[in-house]
Amino acid sequence: MATTTTEIEADIHAHDDHHHGPEPGLMRWVKTTNHKDIGYLYLWFAFSMLLIGGAMAMVIRLELLMPGLQFVEPQFFNQMTTMHGLIMVFGAIMPAFVGLANIMIPPMIGGPDMALPRMNNWSFWILPFAGAMLLSTMFMEGGGPAFGWTFYAPLSTTFAPDSTDYFIFAIHMLGFSSIMGAINIIATVMNLRASGMKLMDMPLFVWTWFITAFLLIAAMPVLAGAVTMMLTDRNFGTSFFDAAGGGDPVMFQHIFWFFGHPEVYIMILPAFGIVSQIIPTFARKPLFGYSSMVYATASIAILSFVVWAHHMFLTGMPIAGQMYFMYATILISVPTGVKVFNWVTTMWKGSMSFEIPMMWAVAFVILFTIGGLSGLMLGIVPADIQYHDTYFVVAHFHYVLVTGALFSIIAGVFYWLPKWCGNMFNEKLATIHFWWAVISVNVLFFPMHFLGLAGMPRRIPDYSLQFADFNLIASIGGFAFGLSFILLAYIVVDCIRNGKPVKEARVWESAKGLEWTLPTPAPYHTFTEEPPRELILKESSHTAH
Amino acid sequence: MLNNRFFSTLFKTLILSLLAVPGMAFAEYGLNMPEGVTPISRDIYGLHMTIFWVCVGIAVLVFGVMIYSMINHRKSKGAVASNFHESTTVELIWTIVPLAILIIIAVPATKVLIDLEDTSKADMTVKITGYQWKWQYEYIDAEGEGISFFSNLSQKSRDGVRDASIRNADDNYLQDVDKRLVLPVDTRVRFLMTSNDVIHSWWVRDFGVKQDANPGFINDSWAYIEKEGVYRGRCTELCGKEHGFMPVVVEVKSKADYAKWVADEKAAAIAAAASGDREWSMDELMTQGAKVYSTNCAACHGVTGAGVPGAFPAMTGSPIVVEPDQIAAHIDIIINGKSGTAMQAFGKQLSDSDIAAVVTYERNAFGNNTGDIVQPAAIKSAR
Repeated sequence: MATTTTEIEADIHAHDDHHHGPEPGLMRWVKTTNHKDIGYLYLWFAFSMLLIGGAMAMVIRLELLMPGLQFVEPQFFNQMTTMHGLIMVFGAIMPAFVGLANIMIPPMIGGPDMALPRMNNWSFWILPFAGAMLLSTMFMEGGGPAFGWTFYAPLSTTFAPDSTDYFIFAIHMLGFSSIMGAINIIATVMNLRASGMKLMDMPLFVWTWFITAFLLIAAMPVLAGAVTMMLTDRNFGTSFFDAAGGGDPVMFQHIFWFFGHPEVYIMILPAFGIVSQIIPTFARKPLFGYSSMVYATASIAILSFVVWAHHMFLTGMPIAGQMYFMYATILISVPTGVKVFNWVTTMWKGSMSFEIPMMWAVAFVILFTIGGLSGLMLGIVPADIQYHDTYFVVAHFHYVLVTGALFSIIAGVFYWLPKWCGNMFNEKLATIHFWWAVISVNVLFFPMHFLGLAGMPRRIPDYSLQFADFNLIASIGGFAFGLSFILLAYIVVDCIRNGKPVKEARVWESAKGLEWTLPTPAPYHTFTEEPPRELILKESSHTAH
Repeated sequence: MLNNRFFSTLFKTLILSLLAVPGMAFAEYGLNMPEGVTPISRDIYGLHMTIFWVCVGIAVLVFGVMIYSMINHRKSKGAVASNFHESTTVELIWTIVPLAILIIIAVPATKVLIDLEDTSKADMTVKITGYQWKWQYEYIDAEGEGISFFSNLSQKSRDGVRDASIRNADDNYLQDVDKRLVLPVDTRVRFLMTSNDVIHSWWVRDFGVKQDANPGFINDSWAYIEKEGVYRGRCTELCGKEHGFMPVVVEVKSKADYAKWVADEKAAAIAAAASGDREWSMDELMTQGAKVYSTNCAACHGVTGAGVPGAFPAMTGSPIVVEPDQIAAHIDIIINGKSGTAMQAFGKQLSDSDIAAVVTYERNAFGNNTGDIVQPAAIKSAR
């Protein structure tokens, strides 16, 4: 009998290995339908794009180190600002969030995998090709896109280089990828959630991504429409954006920002989710105001569709339009404020410890709030006359996108990395990296507020002498901040290869959530059995016990 | 964790030095926007300061609570976590109070907005047209009616881009032009903005005026300038490769000096028209042509006539520039431009003699050496 049992067990294991382990070799990554594999691919892709986009930012800061043209020509400088923006938005921040969603949503909702695994593979593998196509424009005759990441017509139609058509198709492909990713997330949350988990039991990261996915599905087709109209204007004789043919260049901006404003919330709502997971863990206290957080996220998402023209106050809008968009815009600060207040109250009377993820989360709350407050200032139309298209705006959106979105991604990676790879990162190095990055990023972006108020416009390769000192400071901060990502790469690789093994399922002692009930390192397949409702309630990070 | 005291000291040193530096080294530039010289710019400044202090207040409150909590509610200090996680009252307070603050800000903002959008009752109107990469100013009505000219980056600034010694000696590097917009003081001036090619944006900070110039559409704005002086601004909408090199300079004169300037301008216009009626020598044409080329053509076609492959065609050896039977086509492309490209129609921008000079120059410079001479009379008949 004993022999038989062993044989059967061996058989089962062989069976398991055949069906449930990753395929060996490189083809594992090409053919994978596993949510974690695809998530890691997304993250590595995002990180490499971050380095490429970052290198372009270094070129920008190098040229702006001092007055005069020293290193690059104006046309190339414009390509750098354009590609830096496009790559950071579509290549780094968005894929990084999709990667985190892929890895973390199934374990957080007690599901086995993403609902549409083959589409998941496809939506990732479009990205490297779209990214390569976008980057290849830089090597074409006439150079790559040089009209800013907002590609306003007619600079991007009549007056653009031939490579613009490649740029248009790259945007189309990136859009396909995002839409498929979003559909997958909605399908997963709706269908693979443990039956014991009601919608209002979901962790906030799942909630914010769920809402973000709807934003993506609504916004990306609008962008696709805008670039398609550009394509026909450029090649097929239409005049959507050409006044000479009855079109209107300002209509391009309306269409672009109808996508563009929800887009900025696509890049910040998942960040809110990550921070809402981390702060309760290290404050050892349930998240304050869970339901108001969910409602605030939903209201921000809805409001994001009705404020787009605040990017266009100077295009000659009628006064009624300016008033409406001003009121709607400053209204967004109410639900955003609610979120910040909730985080602070979660920390209040907690029992806090400051491990690396918590330090990044705290930096996020403080620096994102600075970016949010300058956003409130920009929403006031008469004041915006003086701020618009100056470095004040550059400072504002880098505070929300770098110290906001990017910092939350770094926080999330440090929070979940030990769970993914089963090793702890080098905390000493990570502390050095944190202070290095936080100080240098402020040296980089804070002086830009002053530059903007002093009158320096955006997207200029050279400037008059009164802007020299702050630009020098910003450039030094920029080089230091750029270098910090080399250290970040080292810390992550070192953690995966040589990190001290973590045995506990609950990597952070006070962490709550279904993902922490899985063994460490996380198994290749997530929940094969549905977690019961008792466990879900016990593991909730937002209810008291 | 690494020695915390070390890092906090480091942090303080860096932040404090960063805060101290602006106070000392940048005192002359200021850290804030100036009040300006028009009623609107002062209103905007007031609004800016109000919102700024509101934001500072909110930041101090939020960060204060946060920092207090981070110092006192630490596990290492033996803090025990409370378990509260909901309070409808608190949630309502921090929804309603910010809403009230926003309404308090919105009221004055709306008043200023209504005022600055009211461009009626103007004493005079100036039409501003953006070109890649220069401004055209046309006096539409009042005593300056009929005056029209272009305003380019000054040659000194242009030279300074590649030469640090010129640059460092130029207080107005990249903010000086060859011909300033001249306006009278204490006059309600209406500006009409439009563009010839891509979108530009005309900004003079001291007036509180920034308005996009859209091709095919006209926007407007106004200023009542209360102080004589020279005011400098810039194009603020990305408009192509020379976007950073199209400054705005406005000289505000007393009403008497302005009237004198108008008279001088009108006399100069009559003299310029006469220059097209005589024969020009090769040397004259080449000297004038080099000037015209440098101001109008070099930005795209290059100082050496090499152009930018794939974007802007070269002058050297270009068929239209060197073939003897292409002189008419050469003149035509300069007068009428080439639609669908960045090549503008210069017919209305340049005089007959300037076009004749630049055609002659292009056919003989950059190693083209065709020996062709084109006279202003030929341009006149080609128009």
